Amino acid sequence: MSNATLEMTDRREYPVLEPGQTYASVTDQIGDVVLRRTPGRLWWFGVVFTMGLVTLLIAAVSYLIVRGVGIWGIDIPVAWGFAIVNFVWWVGIGHAGTFISAMLLLMRQDWRTSINRFAEAMTLFAVACAGMFPLLHLGRIWRFWYIVPYPNVMWLWPQFRSPLVWDVFAVSTYLTVSLIYWYVGLLPDLATMRDKAKSRIVKLIYATMAMGWRGSAMHWQRYQSAYLLLGGLAAPLVISVHSVVGMDFAGAQIPGWHSTILPPYFVAGAIFSGFAMVLTLGIPMRWAFGLKDMITLRHIDNCAKFLLITGLIVDYSYGMEMFMGWYSGDTYESFITLNRAIGPYAWSFWLIMFTNVVTTQFLWIRKVRQNVPLMFVIAFIIQVGMWTERFVIVVISLHRDFVPSSWGMYYPTFWDYATLAGTIGFFLFCFFLFARLIPVISISEMRELVHSTGGGKHVPKSFSPSYVK
Amino acid sequence: MSDSKAENLFGLAAEFDTPEAVLHAALRIHGAGYRRADAFSPMPVEGLPEALGFPRTGVPLIVGIGGLCGACGGFFMLWFANVVNYTWNIGGRPPNSWEAFIPITFELAVLCAALSAVIGMLALNKLPMPYHPMFNLPAFDRASRDRFFIVIESADAQFDSEQTRKFLETLLPIAVTEVPR
Repeated sequence: MSNATLEMTDRREYPVLEPGQTYASVTDQIGDVVLRRTPGRLWWFGVVFTMGLVTLLIAAVSYLIVRGVGIWGIDIPVAWGFAIVNFVWWVGIGHAGTFISAMLLLMRQDWRTSINRFAEAMTLFAVACAGMFPLLHLGRIWRFWYIVPYPNVMWLWPQFRSPLVWDVFAVSTYLTVSLIYWYVGLLPDLATMRDKAKSRIVKLIYATMAMGWRGSAMHWQRYQSAYLLLGGLAAPLVISVHSVVGMDFAGAQIPGWHSTILPPYFVAGAIFSGFAMVLTLGIPMRWAFGLKDMITLRHIDNCAKFLLITGLIVDYSYGMEMFMGWYSGDTYESFITLNRAIGPYAWSFWLIMFTNVVTTQFLWIRKVRQNVPLMFVIAFIIQVGMWTERFVIVVISLHRDFVPSSWGMYYPTFWDYATLAGTIGFFLFCFFLFARLIPVISISEMRELVHSTGGGKHVPKSFSPSYVK
Repeated sequence: MSDSKAENLFGLAAEFDTPEAVLHAALRIHGAGYRRADAFSPMPVEGLPEALGFPRTGVPLIVGIGGLCGACGGFFMLWFANVVNYTWNIGGRPPNSWEAFIPITFELAVLCAALSAVIGMLALNKLPMPYHPMFNLPAFDRASRDRFFIVIESADAQFDSEQTRKFLETLLPIAVTEVPR
């Protein structure tokens, strides 16, 4: 302990949990957000506003079902428009949650504890948004079961050698595993909510969801075993999902897509945008719910470091794509590289150079990483940048491929924007509800953290904030 | 002690406020020969199941079997669909092009392993269980908050309401309470 404190002082790191917290205080502070606090005006405004966007989404989808994909700006040659851009963007955002909860669990990173719950919730909502787009993109949504394998009367099977079919398995497995992993993590906290709730109906709801959890030692043993195994199972999924999405592109012959760098590049980009979303949601949340003792500057700093690492991998991939454009000696590859920088969509290329390359470099500076408002702005810029990156990949590659006679342009319509705005609204709407109905931080894991950081009932005198000089 | 009272008694519960105290108590209880004892805590306490003499958990085995079934079942589906049931020539690849079957096999293995982890854990824990005698204890609300309980069940061969109560009091708990069934 003393060595650890010394080390922390030397590196001037902030603690994972502010000292002075006890088992009861973390329980109350997190549980009361749901059970005691009355929702503020800001929350109501958020809910009503995002509900408006959900209504827009319903309108856009209904119109799409009635009229078909012709209401979008897609055409030949750009047949993959916003739907695929949004799909890749949302799946990417959905990567940080499971990365934080599974990978960091296996690495025994104790700082994951206060952010894993809401990061996982974020994952679920983002993957739900992502899952809509391939179905909408089908045009005939009611025929989606053609891609699901089952012994049907015609004895027809999907084309199992296609990455697009792998995607169905990858995304649906990812959603299912993330959901049950999240629920298992939630089980002890639902029991806490059941025991804390005063109103009979609220008690009944939490009791049903907690399934009679009573914290028996034997139960905890099996629970921990199952939770760790789920973490081990979910960790490779983080890698596999976006790799398969990358292969959707790499499997095609379009210049700019047909490249082996895509799977790892996509995975890094996914975690990059995911951590940006964690900061975009976490920073306002810790402020609004008074959780600054639990989501400390240490968390923001560590997320910023992840942004830097994954951002650098993304930057390297940009560099490698440009290098290969020249080194391959392939006319079309070198053309696509030039076309990105000086073609009709050059604005999007230079935008991502600014958002994903230049902005990332500021994260080398500790003062920037620990400046909360600035990190919120940077995270937001990166979100925009990662959406634009997918636009560059999808649209620029498609709009001018091999034969100039088949070149074209892509102009998104109102319905393209409406669907994108609608899913953002749906995502935030779910998140607003989540923050009021479920403890946003894992209470049982916070109690473990209280114990391991020397808190609990008796706070030792020697335990003082290490960053105070 | 009258028989009717013994029938109505689930056990005697001792209440503690630190994980160290409950771990110590568990070691003493097991050491004294009690075999029908259980502990309840708001978070996992390292060493507690071992201290009470619980066997190792069977969850990993269930997950392993689930994962294997998922992998084999998944590969069988792909092989059956592409080799037996509906042979489809894609770019001249052999029908059983197993390399292309790996991603789906992997996903199904993970899916089945994860589902068996959750279902296995819940089934072994006999959850959902809406009623349990421990919930009759008024202070048990705090078992999910900041208190640690240990209960010696009346079904234990050594259980005697007087002797066991005296023994539990030597462990310096906050309180010893009878748990009605």
